[in-house]
Order: sequence, then structure tokens, then C-alpha cells
Amino acid sequence: MQHARFALACLAALAGAFPARAQEPVKIGLINVLSGQFADAGIQLDNGIKTYVQQHGDVVAGRKVEFIRRDVGGVALDVAKRLAQELVVRDNIDLLAGFLLTPNALAAADISTQSQRFMVVMNAATSIIITKSPYMIRTSVTLPQAMGTFGTWAATHGIKKCYTMVTDYGPGHDSEAAFQRAFKAAGGEIIGSVRFPVANPDFSAFVQRAKDLDPECIFIFIPGGAQPAALGKAFAARGVDLNKTKVLGSGETTSEQALKAMGDAALGLITAWHYDYKSVAPLNVEFVKAFNQMHGRNPDFFSVGGYDGVHAIYEVLKKTGGGTDADAMVAAAKGMHWDSPRGPMSIDAQTRDVVQNIYIRRVEKVGGELVNVPFDKIDNVKDPTNSGG
Amino acid sequence: MIASAFGVLFDGLAYGMLLFLLSVGLSVTLGMMNFINLAHLSFAMLGGYTAVALTNNLGWSFLLTLPAAFLAPALLSVVLERVLYRRLYGASELDQCLLTIGIVFVSIAAAAYLFGTVQQAVKLPPYLRGNIAIMHQSVGVYRLFLIGMALMVAIAVLAALEHTKFGAKVRAAVDNQRMARGLGIDVDRVFAVAFALGSGLAGLGGALAIEIVGLDHAFALTYLVYVLIVVAVGGLGTIGGSLAAALLLGVSDMAGKYYVPQLGAFFIYLVMVALLMWRPLGLFGRR
Amino acid sequence: MSAAAVGEPQRYLEDQIKWRRVELAFWAATLLPLLLTPSYLVLASQIAITALFALSLDLILGYAGMVSLGHAAYFGFSSYTAGLAARWGWGEPISGLIMAAAAAGLLGYVTGIVVARFQHLALIMITLGLGLLLAEAANSASWLTGGADGLQGVRMWRLFGVFLFDLYGYTAYCYALAVLLLAFLVARRITYSPFGLALRGIRERAIRMPAIGANTTAYLRKIYTIAATMAGAAGALLAQTTETVSLETLSFQRSADVLVVLILGGAGRLYGGLVGAIIYMIARDQFSGLNPQYWYFWIGMLLIVVVVFLPNGILGGLARLLPAARRSA
Repeated sequence: MQHARFALACLAALAGAFPARAQEPVKIGLINVLSGQFADAGIQLDNGIKTYVQQHGDVVAGRKVEFIRRDVGGVALDVAKRLAQELVVRDNIDLLAGFLLTPNALAAADISTQSQRFMVVMNAATSIIITKSPYMIRTSVTLPQAMGTFGTWAATHGIKKCYTMVTDYGPGHDSEAAFQRAFKAAGGEIIGSVRFPVANPDFSAFVQRAKDLDPECIFIFIPGGAQPAALGKAFAARGVDLNKTKVLGSGETTSEQALKAMGDAALGLITAWHYDYKSVAPLNVEFVKAFNQMHGRNPDFFSVGGYDGVHAIYEVLKKTGGGTDADAMVAAAKGMHWDSPRGPMSIDAQTRDVVQNIYIRRVEKVGGELVNVPFDKIDNVKDPTNSGG
Repeated sequence: MIASAFGVLFDGLAYGMLLFLLSVGLSVTLGMMNFINLAHLSFAMLGGYTAVALTNNLGWSFLLTLPAAFLAPALLSVVLERVLYRRLYGASELDQCLLTIGIVFVSIAAAAYLFGTVQQAVKLPPYLRGNIAIMHQSVGVYRLFLIGMALMVAIAVLAALEHTKFGAKVRAAVDNQRMARGLGIDVDRVFAVAFALGSGLAGLGGALAIEIVGLDHAFALTYLVYVLIVVAVGGLGTIGGSLAAALLLGVSDMAGKYYVPQLGAFFIYLVMVALLMWRPLGLFGRR
Repeated sequence: MSAAAVGEPQRYLEDQIKWRRVELAFWAATLLPLLLTPSYLVLASQIAITALFALSLDLILGYAGMVSLGHAAYFGFSSYTAGLAARWGWGEPISGLIMAAAAAGLLGYVTGIVVARFQHLALIMITLGLGLLLAEAANSASWLTGGADGLQGVRMWRLFGVFLFDLYGYTAYCYALAVLLLAFLVARRITYSPFGLALRGIRERAIRMPAIGANTTAYLRKIYTIAATMAGAAGALLAQTTETVSLETLSFQRSADVLVVLILGGAGRLYGGLVGAIIYMIARDQFSGLNPQYWYFWIGMLLIVVVVFLPNGILGGLARLLPAARRSA
């Protein structure tokens, strides 16, 4: 009896000494915003991630993928930095991902550099972010990429003079600078500009100022949420006819929710963006269907940023054979390209930033619904700031 | 410039009227019971969501939802007053602030839970949409409607205060609570009714606000600052004061953004601080 | 107050200022995270900073009775000063802290001249307004402050030339804790001095103070400046230990949060801010892991419960239960 037990114990010890090949999960620290005024965008980003995992499973290169989710609660640099620090130090994550807002991404980039962790930015759109850590890639969009392209497009498609109106914060400044620079470089003239305060409830005064100059074109950048509807109403109230005056904006201004809120006041708005859920590309149709089944609503550009972010992580892991060394992961990511629901996209080999198509769309009524109808596109746009474009 | 100034003035007037509707209840309850109810806009939010739920889910016409938007918060305020507020009538300002901030937080979370964090919108009936021309100026029909409604409310409230027995009791309680009690006026009941009316008006304001400034789960906090500014500047316990302050702030905010947009939100805070330093009790406050 | 206290204020003060055993135990316990939970040191630093900020608010709110909704102005102002100093090449922590706290103190002195004249709603609104104005100015001056993206390029030198601000946060926590203790000792001295008693008098019945020869406005200005300096120390600590500064440090949100923290622990009791900070920060950290969206719900309920059932905060509730720990406020 005792011999048998002893033998069993030895066997158990031996088995313990040679465990099955390291099946430790790959831990991904997901820093997002799930509460407060940006909650909806953060939730959509997370939904995109969940959709991808549901479609492709949670095992990559023989290892299980585990997401550890953290909520910053809004714009909070010290909280974002602390969460990133704790994820590294306490939870031993292998890589950082998520990042809805620019300031949070900037703060966490420090930790990525210090602790040498691979970092995937899935939404934040300011150019300089990518320069803050050598282990970072981005799968969303940059504002200069979209708005700079737009400026060039506008000037080369019959628009000579433009008035710009942006919200007075980082993304607004970025868009204003990118659009104006590109517009002027392509021969256009900026006849005036104004910046509105963040969370401005009523745009009438600003729209009136624009109208006083009787511009042929108005460029706008505002965040999502309450702003697009308020702006649309201000245009209608001040009698700005979108057929006579071209109004150019970013895709956030004509998102599904914004269009519902603006109603017919949005008809004729021209926007430049990288994704619309109505795209009929087969990969997108599949994505939208799966997304709807899982979450009961349509995806948006936040979701596709998350979706492609996870895709990038999975592909990188396949290339490194499951290894999570930051240098190896970044090397694997550089130059990677794939077909996404948004169209073809890739990770620039020099700047590690996202390269993708930018579509020019106009808001039209299709089948009784307001839709962004694409009528032009610019292929393989790089971020002009960092690639010297 | 003058012509477009009219447009700005008109929009500022509408915005000011909206602020008035949202603030008048707070001014009266603050003046009467000295109770700082920072949760005042939670009632506005309830009114807004009531209107949204009724138009979007049950297909009611927008105008019909307005009485409901008034009643729902009024009823809720009666309950809350009995259960919570009554306990803190004699408490310090700080405690009242904190209790009501707690209520605001709970209401925000409840709104997020029930309706999500998405922006809400109401479908306006066709006769409230679009613009009409007045003196060669394009003015929004809805804004006209809003101004009209707010004026009607202001007149009704002022008339009630001046010409009804209840109004007299309210005025007495605002002027000198102890004396009023001494004269046999049931101040607690007067307050409960006035509180309900004020909350109901806030709810009405909340429903009317959706078309102008939108509605989301954080509404109760976002606009709290503006309402506090109106009440502090106008003076406590005066309808006329609230109206004057709301219009002043609405128009000056709009004008500031039109003529000096670089100042942005700076302007409204500067005006408030300056006004309060000059008249700490508000423009029309007594005590 | 005992009969002895009425007749001999000096002895009363001396008696009150003696260190109780539970206090010594508390401070000894603050060293525990270094040994037991080193992976939580970053959170612990944040708690220490919040505690310092709440302590500074307690001086004007709990002891002098001034309700301020804009106290974050001094916190944020100092934060940016310390951050900018580091960005422009002077990354020495201690001198940076002193400089930034002094700057906040100066701002407190100037604004205190205005603020100390008002009471009730006007005071609340003016402090709110001043805070909002500063926040707007900081947003507009994005060339200086970095705007919504926050201040970049803040690099701190080693503490005492030896200790690097590391990823785990050992240095940061020791530094923050030391500053907190120092500030606490100062606050303790102030509140248990004749000046502190005068402040309590002002809080209770300001109208009567001139009758005993106290210059109310001057006292209020003095404590307001001290509180601003202390809030500045907290702000500078945040900038230095996290090597970032954001607009949020000046926001109404931060002013409101510190108010909640202080009330939770109990205003007018020196340890109220500290206890409140520990509970609030740990609760928030735990909840944002579990249930991020409904954090507001729970904190709202907690506030309601505390105000209705524990009007003097947690420490006040404890004081009612434990006469031995009672310390008259």
C-alpha cells in the first residue's frame, strides 16, 4: 500500500516537474473608457473586439488570449498612466491595447516605453501619439490622414475658398491644421476660421459668423455626441443651404446616431472618413451581421478600430509563434497588410502608423434612410505629419 | 451686422428662456426653504426622458408629451421630498449639497442603465419644424414656440403668485418663514407643493430642451452650472430675477460667442463672478 | 468640553494635541504597503496625494466653514507649475515642489482677498466661477499647458540625486507619504492653536467674532492661503510622481471629488480627509474593475446614506460609538 502511494506521489511529482508546454495565456491589458460621457464610444470599441474574438476564437499560436479590461472613466492622464502601470506590475500583462482618447494614449505610451510592452492604439487619432513609444502600432485613423487628404481633395475638386470651424481641443486643432495646410498647398484660400468651446450647446452665433462671410465652403470638425445634431439644427435655423454652400466634415459628424439626430438637415453634408457601416464590401457585410447578432446594433468606426486592432494582435502572435517580446512583435507588425471591413489597410513599416483608404461621401436619402454614400476615394493614405508627406 | 445681430439676439432669447424654465423652480425653493437642491436638473432629465419615451416608443405627438413631462417629475419630487429632503431642512448647506449631489449621481446612473449613454432625440411634428420669415430674418419655428411657452409659463406663475391665495402664502414663506408659520400658514405643505411645481417646470424645460441642446444621461450635471449661475445672479426666491438673469446670460453668452468667439465660455463665468462680486445676493435678491 | 477646558484654554490645547496611540498606529500602518502590497504602490501614492488635497480642503471647510467648489484651482495651478519647471529643464523634485506650492499659495492669497468677503451661495458660486475661469484659461493657453492632450515632456531627476522614480512606484510613495506627514504635522499645529480655535469660532458664529476682537476676514484670508499652499503641494506631487499634468487637475470634477472624499471621512477632524481618501480611492479602484458604468450609482447611494445617517462622516460615526477616540471638533 505504502509503496503504491509512494510511487503515485513520485509520478505526480515527475508530472509536475515537466508541465505541459507553456500554455500560459497571452494577457492583453485593455485600457478603454466605459463610463462617463465617452462611454458609448468605448463600448462600441469593446464590442468590435468581442465580435472578432467570437468569430475567430480566443486561441492564437497555441496560446489562449485573455483581455484584462480597465476603465479610465474619461480624459484622465494620471489614471490612464496608473492603470497601465498596474497592468504591467500587478497583472503582468504582455501587451497594452485599446485607448479611446488621445490624452490617455499619450500617458500610457510612457509606460509602454519604460516597461517595453507592445502597444496597439485602437482609436485615438492624434498624429504625435505614434512617436511616443517605439513599441506602438495604430489601427484606427489619424486626423491629418483623413482631414489633410480632404483638404487636398477639396482644393482639387472645384472649391477655391473655405471657412473653417472646429472645436477648441486637440483633435479640433489637429484637423484644422491638417485641412488648412493641405487646402492651401493645393491652391485653396482659407477666408476665415473660428473655434468653439468644448461641449458647446448652441452653434447659432458661430454659424451666423460664417454665413456673414458668404463662403462657398465651410469645413467643420466637432466630436460626436450632442454636437452634430445641434450643429445641423443651427444650419437649418440660420438658413444655410447645403446645396449652395458645401459643408465638409469628418465621419464622426455623420455617424449613424448623428444622422438620426440631425434628420434631413444633414442632407448634402460631405465627409471624408475611413469607415461606414453601410459599405457593401463582403467582408463588411459579414462583420455588420455578426456584430448585430452579438450586440443588437450596428458597428461604427470605433468598433472597426477595435476589430482590426485584435486582428493585428492575432496576426502578430501567429508570426512570432506566440512570443510576446515587444521588439519581435513590432518587427512582425511593420509592413503587415490585410483586408478589413473598411477596405485594404496596412501598418506602415517606418512609422508603425495605419495606412488605409479615405472615402469621400455625401449624405443622401437611400430607401427612406439617411446614408453616407461614397463617391470618391483616395487609396493608401499615410499620415502626412510623420511620414513627411 | 445689425440684421444678423437680430438673429443672434433671437437665438439668445430662446436659449435664455430655456434656462429660465430650467431654473425658476430652483430659485423659488432656494428662496423659500434655503434648501440647495443640486438635483433640480435630475427632474428636468426625467421630464426629458419621459417625452422621449412617449414619442419614440408609444408614438405620442410631442405636444401631448409635455404635460406628462411636467407631471412625472412633479410626482417624483413629492415622494423624494417626503422621504429624503425633509430630513435635511435644518442641516448645513454642505450637507444639502452633498445629499442632492448623491441624488444626481444616482439619477445619472439610472438614466445610463435605462436608456443607455446615447444622445436622445425627439421627432417634432411638422408644424414645429423649419423656419419662418419675420422682418426679412429667418427665425426657427421651434425657437418661437419655446419663447412662447416660456412666456406663458412666466405669466402664469407670476399671476398665480400675485393673485391666488396659494401665491400669497408662497410669497409670505419666502419673505419671512417664521412669521408665516406664526400666522398659521402651513409652510411645510406650501413648500411641498411649490417644490413639486418647480420640479414639474424643470421637467417641462427638460423636454423642451431636447431639440435645442440635446439630452443624454449626464444632462443633470452638464447644465447644472448654468442653472446655478442663473439662480445666483438673479437672486433667490424671485421669478422676475430668474427671468432677468436667464435672459441676460442667454443673450450675453450668444453675443459673446458671435462677437468675440475667442473668449468662448470664459465670458459667461466672468460675467457671473463680476455680477456676484457687485451684488452677492443676486440682482434682485433680498435678505 | 470639560470644566477644566473652559477655565484653562492653554491646558485644553495641550491636552488635545497629545498623540493618541491610535494615531501612531495609523501612521505606522501607512508603511505597510511597502512591505505587504508592493504592486499597489502606485495606487497608494495616489491615495496619499488625494489625502493631502482633502486635508487642505478640511482646513477651510471643516475648520473655517468656507464651502469651496473651486479648490482644485490651486491643485491644478501648482501641478502645471511643477510640470512646466521640469519640462523647461529643472527636474529636481523637492525644490520644484516648494516652488510650485509657493506659487499656489500666492494665487490663494490673491484670490483669498476676494473670496473671504463672501458667504453662503455667493461664496460657493464665486469659488466655482474662479475655478471654471482658470480651467478655461488653461484650455485656451494650450501652447503653454498642452491643452486637452496634457503636458508632455515632464522628466523628473532622481530624488536626492539617488532615488529614481521607478515603474513600481517605491520612490513615489515614500516621497508622497513624507510630504503628507509633514503637511499633517503643520495642519495639526495650526488647528490646535489659538488661531485654530478662532477659525472654529468663525465657522460656528462668524457674527460674534469681532466682539471678542478677532478680525474675521484676516483670519479667513490667512487660512485660505495656507490651504492653497497645501493643495499646491498635493498638485505638485501629482505632477512629479506621474510625470504628466492634465486639464483635469483644474476641473470642477476634481473639486467635487475632493469634497466628497472629505465629507465621507468627516470634515473638521484632521483624519477625515485621510480616511475618506483611502476609502474612496480603494472603492473606486475596485468598482471600476467590476462595474464601471455604475460607479456613479454606488457613490451616489453612499453619499445619500452618509449624509442622512452619518452627518459627520465616517469618523464622526465612529466617534459616537467610541468615546475613547472622541476628539471635540
